[in-house]
Amino acid sequence: MTAFLALVGRDLRLALRQGSTLGTTLGFYLIVVAILPLGLGPDLNLLARIAPGVLWVALLLSALLSMERIFQIDLEDGTLEVLALGPLPLELIAMAKGIAHWLTTGIPLALTAPLLGLLLNLDLAAYGPLAATTLAGTPAVSFIGTIGAALTLGINRGGLLLSLIVLPLYVPVLIFAVSAVTNAVTGPAPFLPPFLILLALTLASVVLAPVAAAAALRLHLQ
Amino acid sequence: MLQLANPTRFMQYSARLLPWLAAASALVLALGLYMAFFVAPPDYQQGETVRIMFIHVPSAWLAMMCYGIIAVSSFGLLVWRHPLADVSAKAAAPIGAAFTLLALVTGSLWGKPMWGAYWVWDARLTSVLILFFLYLGLMALRRASDDDVLASRLTAILAIVGTVILPIIKFSVDWWNTLHQPASVMRLGGPTLHPSMLWPLLVMALGFTLLFLTLHLAAMRNEVLRRRVAVLREARVARAGASRAAEPQPAE
Repeated sequence: MTAFLALVGRDLRLALRQGSTLGTTLGFYLIVVAILPLGLGPDLNLLARIAPGVLWVALLLSALLSMERIFQIDLEDGTLEVLALGPLPLELIAMAKGIAHWLTTGIPLALTAPLLGLLLNLDLAAYGPLAATTLAGTPAVSFIGTIGAALTLGINRGGLLLSLIVLPLYVPVLIFAVSAVTNAVTGPAPFLPPFLILLALTLASVVLAPVAAAAALRLHLQ
Repeated sequence: MLQLANPTRFMQYSARLLPWLAAASALVLALGLYMAFFVAPPDYQQGETVRIMFIHVPSAWLAMMCYGIIAVSSFGLLVWRHPLADVSAKAAAPIGAAFTLLALVTGSLWGKPMWGAYWVWDARLTSVLILFFLYLGLMALRRASDDDVLASRLTAILAIVGTVILPIIKFSVDWWNTLHQPASVMRLGGPTLHPSMLWPLLVMALGFTLLFLTLHLAAMRNEVLRRRVAVLREARVARAGASRAAEPQPAE
């Protein structure tokens, strides 16, 4: 457990002291959300209607930016091999990496989403549900991302491939998160069922994704 | 790879089987197409466009079956490290992608006169489109790495992940569709299909399956041969290197 927490703490410190990745990610999120009304027209009713979906899609795209680096740097400087030799099984290493990615990318993005809702005339009733779904859904985003990051490790231009592989896997998360928000605002279906399914997706990905990611990492370390 | 007896035996059996399979699929497909075009009546609602279904439905079935074969092969590769399982998974991916694309294209050609649009965000169309993306991901990941062994195992992991997540995607897309778009889409009811259309469809499905088996076997044979050529080439390079090293070096 101490080794696990130490690993999470190390990744957090690295992310904090580097700093630039988070700024880039949030800036990208802002720009994607800001550029959409320019393409769609300034109709506030239309923007309010599509705001939850736009915020979620842009969040997924922004989260992809830093995903490639989840294992990349550690593989390049040999840290990953040292970690693999240590007491932690690779599954837990992958899980720690997923948690660290969520803490450094997922939570900031989740907290930015309601702010960016202001740009899109998001319905007042949607702020709470939007924050709830982004907070509940971003762990699934990070953890499913660890699978893609582990699979495309050490590959030239792995980031492009990563998005091709990972984005289809995000379909369930996106659908249930957005339908929870839309339900909360317009009804008629209640907010809770899709939200609970979103939580289930998150929990399942937290448990299952590290297994797949570790299997891929093991191949890279052979 | 060459030391294993199984690929060799596979090559022998498949060489014997392949002409028969090819002939059978050509015959059944010809019969199925004849039935689809001349025997089956035009639908009272859809008219002649219903004939697209005889291509479309078998393609969609095979698109799914092919992913099943990739999943089983990937499992076989990861658990038993069987080289033929990898050959099978690698050969099946482009064929499955082709059938998925065929299903999508014929579906949208059918959709234009029926629904008034080439693409409708119907639940089935959407899930098949995502299946297509998964196929593309599998093929792209396999080509991404120079290390063939590594690439094949990584692809196998992705295939297994896809197997776990595909039913969830299907379920979520169904949910999304019923939420956004109330049942406005006309569909053919499966069991209510009239025998005059059911039989051509079943014959076409059999023909497509035979065609798939033929293509898959042929692609697997090609892949085995390709690997043998690669091994031979490496051996020749190694031999040339060894003989050059054995020669007395000219004094500098």
